[in-house]
Amino acid sequence: MHTLITLASSEPAATSAATGVTSYAWLLLAFPLFGAALLLFGGRVLDKAGPMIAVLLSWAACVVGVLIAISMMGADPSDRSHTLHLFSWVPAGTFDVNASLLLDPLSITFVLLVTFVGSLIHVYSLGYMEGDSDKRRFFAYLNLFVAAMLTVVLSDNYLMLYAGWEGVGLASYLLIGFWYHKPAYASAGNKAFFANRVGDVGMSIAIMLMFVEFGRTDFAGVNAAASQASEGILTAIGLMLLLGACAKSAQFPLQSWLGDAMAGPTPVSALIHAATMVTAGVYLVVRSHVLFDLAPTAQLVVVIVGAVTLLYGAVVGCAKDDLKKALAASTMSQIGYMMLAAGLGPIGYAFAIFHLLTHGFFKAGMFLGAGSVMHAMDDQVNMRRFGGLATLMKITWVTFGLGWLAIMGVPPFAGFWSKDKIIEAAFVGEGWRPWVFGLAALIGAGITAFYMSRLFFMTFHGKRRWTDDQHPHEAPLSMTVPMIILAVGSAGLGLILGPTGIITSWLEPVVGSAEGGHEPVLSVPVLTVLTLLLVAAGIALAWWRYLRESVPVVAPVGSLATRAARRDLFQDDINEGLFMRPGIHLTRSLVFADNKGIDGGVGGLAAFVGGLSARARRVQNGFVRSYALTMLGGVVVILGALWVVQ
Amino acid sequence: MIASMAGALPTEFVMTQISYAAVLPMLLVFGGAMIGVLIEAFAPRRFRHEAQVTLTLLTLVAALVAIATSARDHQGITAAGAVVIDGPALIFQGVIVALAAVGVLAMAERFTADEADAFTQSGAAVPGSPREAAAVRLGATSTEVFPLTLFAVAGMMLFPASADLLVMFVALEVLSLPLYILSGLARRRRLLSQEASLKYFLLGAFSSAFFLFGAALIYGYAGSLELSDIATAVQNQSGMDGLLIPGVLLVVVGLLFKVGAAPFHAWTPDVYQGAPSPVTGFMAAGTKVAAFGALLRVLYVAFEGVRWDWMPILWGVAILTMVVGAVLSVTQTDMKRLLAYSSIAHAGFILVGVLALNQKGVSSTLFYLVAYGFMTIAAFAIVALVRSSGNEATHLSQWAGLGKRSPIVAGVFAFLLLAFTGIPLTSGFTAKFAVFAAAVAGGGTWLVIVGIICSGITAFVYIRIIVLMYFSEPAGDTMVMTPTVMSTLCISLGTLVTLWLGIIPSPLLDLASQSTLFLR
Repeated sequence: MHTLITLASSEPAATSAATGVTSYAWLLLAFPLFGAALLLFGGRVLDKAGPMIAVLLSWAACVVGVLIAISMMGADPSDRSHTLHLFSWVPAGTFDVNASLLLDPLSITFVLLVTFVGSLIHVYSLGYMEGDSDKRRFFAYLNLFVAAMLTVVLSDNYLMLYAGWEGVGLASYLLIGFWYHKPAYASAGNKAFFANRVGDVGMSIAIMLMFVEFGRTDFAGVNAAASQASEGILTAIGLMLLLGACAKSAQFPLQSWLGDAMAGPTPVSALIHAATMVTAGVYLVVRSHVLFDLAPTAQLVVVIVGAVTLLYGAVVGCAKDDLKKALAASTMSQIGYMMLAAGLGPIGYAFAIFHLLTHGFFKAGMFLGAGSVMHAMDDQVNMRRFGGLATLMKITWVTFGLGWLAIMGVPPFAGFWSKDKIIEAAFVGEGWRPWVFGLAALIGAGITAFYMSRLFFMTFHGKRRWTDDQHPHEAPLSMTVPMIILAVGSAGLGLILGPTGIITSWLEPVVGSAEGGHEPVLSVPVLTVLTLLLVAAGIALAWWRYLRESVPVVAPVGSLATRAARRDLFQDDINEGLFMRPGIHLTRSLVFADNKGIDGGVGGLAAFVGGLSARARRVQNGFVRSYALTMLGGVVVILGALWVVQ
Repeated sequence: MIASMAGALPTEFVMTQISYAAVLPMLLVFGGAMIGVLIEAFAPRRFRHEAQVTLTLLTLVAALVAIATSARDHQGITAAGAVVIDGPALIFQGVIVALAAVGVLAMAERFTADEADAFTQSGAAVPGSPREAAAVRLGATSTEVFPLTLFAVAGMMLFPASADLLVMFVALEVLSLPLYILSGLARRRRLLSQEASLKYFLLGAFSSAFFLFGAALIYGYAGSLELSDIATAVQNQSGMDGLLIPGVLLVVVGLLFKVGAAPFHAWTPDVYQGAPSPVTGFMAAGTKVAAFGALLRVLYVAFEGVRWDWMPILWGVAILTMVVGAVLSVTQTDMKRLLAYSSIAHAGFILVGVLALNQKGVSSTLFYLVAYGFMTIAAFAIVALVRSSGNEATHLSQWAGLGKRSPIVAGVFAFLLLAFTGIPLTSGFTAKFAVFAAAVAGGGTWLVIVGIICSGITAFVYIRIIVLMYFSEPAGDTMVMTPTVMSTLCISLGTLVTLWLGIIPSPLLDLASQSTLFLR
């Protein structure tokens, strides 16, 4: 019965050519791309005006997105999917890839998130980056990112998606290493780059498999062909897509780069490494839901990856003293929730996207709050050096507080509506799965409450543990206004979209119905109460440890588990031992072999040819008699050979 | 056999039918050459150069038009079985005339007033003699190079179109004799030039003897010198292979000499070095095309039936030619000698295509010849421009840092060198690919492997020059002459064709593959 529903819900809604305001969707890409090009190539003349241009272009894209969304809402649910053909991109005989945009509820949801949160963060950056001499470059990269991210979510085929995928990777790399003169930051950029390459290989293999098996790479064509394909192929494609998603979304086992990525300016952490780019993996899985629905094994792996990562991120988040790294661990964990939901099939897709949306708001809001704190504390990020900021930075405190309540899932804030739905969905099923995955999600919620409360208390409450000459102050208006708007979203978005059923019915034409008539193995009220109890316990524990007791300025040695969590559960050490050292030894031996063996061989060969040439040259002595003799010799040899043969 | 020959004797005199429309191109060139001689004899000295250049170019253009119109519509064997005008003959003639036109442009270069052109004032005078001094004082010029060139062109055109070994021999001499003279007309280093001329003459005569001896043996075998008769005899007649096979090989030796294949290549470096550079370019391109055309005709039409006897030997020759050309070019220090060895190596690569013995073999050989012809004429035209204290700067060290002094000339030359190497986007790549592909299809994989190794060796040679031009400091007083429109046109045409055939090779490949059927 489950299969039947899956198949029925996998039928893609009919797609028509874009008309009206939707046919201007190309502007979504054009505005930010133009901004990036203008700022990068414009030179110093634009140093002053450039950032403002970038902000305006970003808002312009946002306006276009809103207009398209409005026109889409006005249409019948069955007529909400449009394609906009831009140009023929790879016309290669029977294999023809178009650059065209797919505008449907799923992509437009992302467009709204990316352009709206992106534009707010553009505004915030005006204040945050004010003193930086390289502002123009920063804003150019931000615009580039927006353009690339919109390419990812708007493309109607995997190849163009891959181009955008690389584009966001590039923007992320450039922005992590924005202050590249600090070696640690530059190498953080490299780390993200390398981890993402691993995923890109997976993505490209997936696309090649599609090309080989189906001969097409557009979503519609691949979806149509998938039902005839063997499950083995679909599983392979699914796993390779998942590899790409894992790298981009910092999921286990490719999560190591996200913590270091916090080296980038804080607005970047908020936009790219919390709200949008890192969720691209979730988008990819949901967008490919037809493939995953037909490949249960791949789906199971998605769920496992999600469950492992959500616990992993939560545990790491408990031990970090660096404000941004703790938030990064939390991001990892929350995306784990989304992955888990995306792997659950039709019952989870809508909630994965829902949680992605709410997370986009509250996590971006908290990162902006963190930026505001750093701004006030001379770029200090060690939470043991904070404390008691609540009274001095009221706006930051309130907005951050709303985000804190939202992420923990305290009703009626956003996270309650999105995360609890995921926990419920995780408990649906038969056999061992609902218990394992459901409990993982449930326990994760408790740990989340603990580490977020720890972070909140250590930063804003308790004794002031600042270094001597600090004078915290509230941030300027350009920074606080975006924080306020995002905080409003964190507080209210869940209530508006969740219980009203707006988000599920909105996404239904794309991902199918979430209503499968399935009941979780524990009843919904029981789960809700359990979750809230765990959350309360987490808050209480954090209050006990970090508010009632004083926080030491220097981190205590801690238990073995704490030390492990501080080191990201030895992720880097494992990578180093498993890949880096053998890799270095391999390259060293290759260099040795190249120097001694191949170069020696090539050099020897060249010397041999040279020597041969120098010797043979002597035959060319300039005497015509010798030449004639050579010719005669040649004739004699030829005729002699003939005589011998015959 | 005697009886059959007696039976073939005509009983009464029948006038030979000649299809004049078919041989019109050759007649035009011969006629142009005659008029050139008359101009040389009667026109005042100050008009001669312009008159000769105009006449020569017009003649060549007219011949090209005649090939494309009149001759193409009158294909067949004509002149009592002496001349055959078929697809391959037409296209070889067309290529020869086109290359000759470009080559003549380089020969017509006179620079501005007081600079010397490439040719001596008095070819017949002993170098350093009072007679030569008088000729210099008089301001004489060697405008006779143009009619000589036309005679050579006419011989080259007849060479691949001859249907008879005797006509082929005549054509061989007609094309060779003017070239012997042209080689000795260099303005500077007169002794070297005259020595080159004499060497070329002596060795050419030597090889002609082989050709004639081979033809005689074949006549003894087949009772006829017509290629189609020989082909029939080869198929129907057994025994007497002792006459046929040595005959075939000796004829082939005569042709391989013209091509510059080892071990009959020894003249090439000396003659290429001694001859005036524009003549070297024309000679390298034109002779190769003509000789390969004749070689293809002889091998594909007359001797195809006994190919298992001559194939292994030509395999050996091809391999030896590629290896000698490639290996010996490594240690050359003189640009013209280096290009000569390069031409030997290229002859080896073309032989690889010839030995494919299929239609692709013909078309790829033809493509290679066109590609090589244009790039080599342009390269020698550039060599003629680079001077050091009045002489051509042919020593490699004099080319150091040319990229800094004359970026355009060095850039074009570097491009041509890349084409010699066979780098993609140049005609050299397409050409090599075509002959190697044809050879693999024809079962010559080992030949191709040797060819690729030798390509690798020659790559070192060419790229070393590029490195020398761009990554060394300029030394000495090397300078590049400012060319007039003539050289500029010649070099531009050569370079553009090289580029064009590298990017859009299909038109020529199609044309070549439509013209691969030899008439018997």
